[in-house]
Amino acid sequence: MIADLTRAERLWAMLILGALGLIGLAMAIGGRNDLLGIHGWIVLAAGLAGFIAVMRGRDAPEPSAERLNEYYDAPTRVGLILTLLWAVVGMGVGFWVAALLAWPDMTFDVPWLSFGRLRPVHTSGVIFGFGGNALIATSFHVLQRTTRARLPDQISPWFVLLGYNLFCVIAASGYLMGLTQSKEYAEPEWYADIWLVVVWVVYFAIYMRTLARRKEPHIYVANWYYMAFILVVAILHIVNNLAVPISLDSAKSYSLFSGVQDAMTQWWYGHNAVAFFLTAGFLGMMYYYLPKRAGRPIFSYRMSIISFWGITFMYMWAGSHHLHYTALPHWVQTLGMAFSVVLLVPSWASAGNALLTLNGAWHKVRDDAVLRFMALAAIFYGITTFEGSFMAIRAVNSLSHYTDWTIGHVHAGALGWVAMITFGSLYSIVPSMFKRERIYSQKLVEVHFWLALSGTVIYVFAMWNSGVTQGLMWRTYTESGGLTYSFIDSLVAMHPYYIARAFGGLLFLLGALTALYNVVMTIRMPAPASDDPALDIPAKPALQAGE
Amino acid sequence: MFGLHYNLERSAVGLVAFIVIVASIGGLIEIAPLFTIDETVEEAPDMRVYTPLEVAGRNIYIREGCYACHSQMIRTLRDEVERYGPYSLAVESSYDHPQLWGSKRTGPDLARLGNKYSDAWHTIHLNNPRDVVPESKMPAYRWLLREQLHTDDLGEHLAALRAVGVPYTDEQIANAPLDAYGQANPDSAAAGGVAERYGDATNIRLFDGEATRLTDMDALVAYLQVLGNLTDAAHQPQPEAE
Ligand code: HEM
Ligand code: HEM
Repeated sequence: MIADLTRAERLWAMLILGALGLIGLAMAIGGRNDLLGIHGWIVLAAGLAGFIAVMRGRDAPEPSAERLNEYYDAPTRVGLILTLLWAVVGMGVGFWVAALLAWPDMTFDVPWLSFGRLRPVHTSGVIFGFGGNALIATSFHVLQRTTRARLPDQISPWFVLLGYNLFCVIAASGYLMGLTQSKEYAEPEWYADIWLVVVWVVYFAIYMRTLARRKEPHIYVANWYYMAFILVVAILHIVNNLAVPISLDSAKSYSLFSGVQDAMTQWWYGHNAVAFFLTAGFLGMMYYYLPKRAGRPIFSYRMSIISFWGITFMYMWAGSHHLHYTALPHWVQTLGMAFSVVLLVPSWASAGNALLTLNGAWHKVRDDAVLRFMALAAIFYGITTFEGSFMAIRAVNSLSHYTDWTIGHVHAGALGWVAMITFGSLYSIVPSMFKRERIYSQKLVEVHFWLALSGTVIYVFAMWNSGVTQGLMWRTYTESGGLTYSFIDSLVAMHPYYIARAFGGLLFLLGALTALYNVVMTIRMPAPASDDPALDIPAKPALQAGE
Repeated sequence: MFGLHYNLERSAVGLVAFIVIVASIGGLIEIAPLFTIDETVEEAPDMRVYTPLEVAGRNIYIREGCYACHSQMIRTLRDEVERYGPYSLAVESSYDHPQLWGSKRTGPDLARLGNKYSDAWHTIHLNNPRDVVPESKMPAYRWLLREQLHTDDLGEHLAALRAVGVPYTDEQIANAPLDAYGQANPDSAAAGGVAERYGDATNIRLFDGEATRLTDMDALVAYLQVLGNLTDAAHQPQPEAE
């Protein structure tokens, strides 16, 4: 990894890591009476460890000029492994919080083991840790293949990947200590938010610099989605996290907005975290890996255009469907509902485009579990968006809001769509990324597929049932006109579903563990004697998916 | 149209500009007017600010992630109004930076919790919910009674809140730690200043039942007891719930 860097880059790396260490030291000293100090020590340790590692590799020979004829895949390889590690952590904690809802006495009087602190570790762990690493790793891979250009340098991709993971660690460790802004999916405090902006600017710059060097005149559709993901997440992140810290040596801040304006800003952010983090980026993945694996071009170029701009435009209006019947003015609720319903059109255009691409390759879907992961992801994407548009209708939302139905919808999307497309894409590039002939065990991929599918189905059905039951119980009246059920009656009714959900989640988690094992074993397989790099280099035309 | 797009795809800068413009429209149209249209937030002349102890309690509520299971937003639906009380108005959370409306009710809504139960009930319930509600799924927060409340930086907290728009006076900021102590120690000399600065309706009590020291429990219970009581506006005649 350090041998890949040029001499000048090694100096730069030491400079950056040294500066990071100093920032950490300043945080540790300034925040010694505050939890900020603990994060200071973590940052200092990260900077120092990196600095020492580069220092020790400083005298390695300059990388050969031949590297410029190859793609730069080392960050992708590390990113794929980080993806799997975060998957295990995030889903492991997910399973644990699911168990806590069934058996709440497992807090053991330890603050950081309580549900409220662990839940954001789960959501950030899976969305940012698992999802984010998958997006960064695959975006570097896709960007180079579709532009036939190598990444612009050897240092900025590492800065983005490792800097991003530092953000994730700060976020998760902060929640355990009780540091949170409380805004869903935007919990990390102000200093972590600033750090993420820095990382993100470099990420965007990598994209633009690589595109500027592209040897394909057209920018392939997968890149539109990755670009929308990078750009819009930046806008959302900055606006929703505007806050005033109580002082520079404290972790605590107060958000700039309050009440109804804050709620609308938060759900404009929250819904579009779904749209541009959990959807756009993963659609980028789908538009590249699915046609590639199926060996067929994308069904319709026009459908991808309509879908892309429809999603980019309309999602940003839909956030207010999280606030139906609240103190948010009625006109905003109505706009949000209307756009959410129309949003089904571009969403299904993408799901349909993917499935129609598979038309004629169904035998491959049958035989190849990797492609089946991706096909199933497209189906779940269609189901989730249909469900979402339905739930956005005010009358439906009056029942579903605040209940487990939302949780069911979330995980239909998260497990069925996000995780499945990620696992499919990951399996399809792991052999080539690590220069192995094949994945260690195709059988285990098959096992993983069935664990994931059954886990998802059990999870989602349990939550649909509990959500609708809960919603109905809350609004059931007796003949004399009083409410039939107390709140606690509805909670008691949830118990069996919470156990079923934990079981479904456990299956899904076992699947992720299988994936980790399978990938590790693939890496440990001997490399094939003759590897023919000529197939996958920038100079020659790479197999173009689509158009 | 597709011809135009064919050209757009050849320009990275063009794509970037288009994405930013197209994506910005929705937010601008839906969010910006909320700051300018007067009817968005109701008038409530009687609205009072959180005391320093309540601010500290609110921060504990955030620290422990209570918002993950409890909403503070009663919707304009008949069954919610009957179960929880008058539906929530925008003005009621106008000093909430950030709001804690929530999105999931694993437990019940808390928007009108204030004065519904006694301080003693809350202390027992937070210490171990299953002592009073056997079927509860809530974690036992035993450490709240053990942890000494940090009050020394409460002045900085109020100052930051003033910077984002909450009308705290210089006097309130200067006396924040003292007022926090006074609010939970009704017999102390500091108690009088709390009522003077925050109004006679302020709850000044031994929230956790012990006078000896200020705990996280004191702060959290003080906060829970003020929920829904910052203003009377929601209890004035309002349009019917649906
Ligand atoms: C092993 C698999 C998983 C299990 C057992 C699991 C379990 C849970 C549980 C118990 C909750 C809290 C629900 C509540 O508060 O009532 C939750 C929330 C959530 N999970 Fe998962 N989860 C899993 C995988 C995932 C994945 C892969 C993702 C995303 C890629 C994800 C995203 C979320 C989100 C966004 C929420 C918050 C939902 C909301 O606030 O409405 N989960 N999960
Ligand atoms: C057309 C597309 C979609 C629409 C219109 C839509 C609509 C909705 C609606 C109405 C809610 C419930 C809001 C509430 O009552 O609080 C919701 C929640 C949610 N949806 Fe979707 N959805 C869509 C697609 C997706 C996809 C693909 C995912 C991917 C994982 C997803 C993830 C979530 C999450 C995480 C939440 C929970 C937010 C929270 O309360 O914390 N949605 N969505």
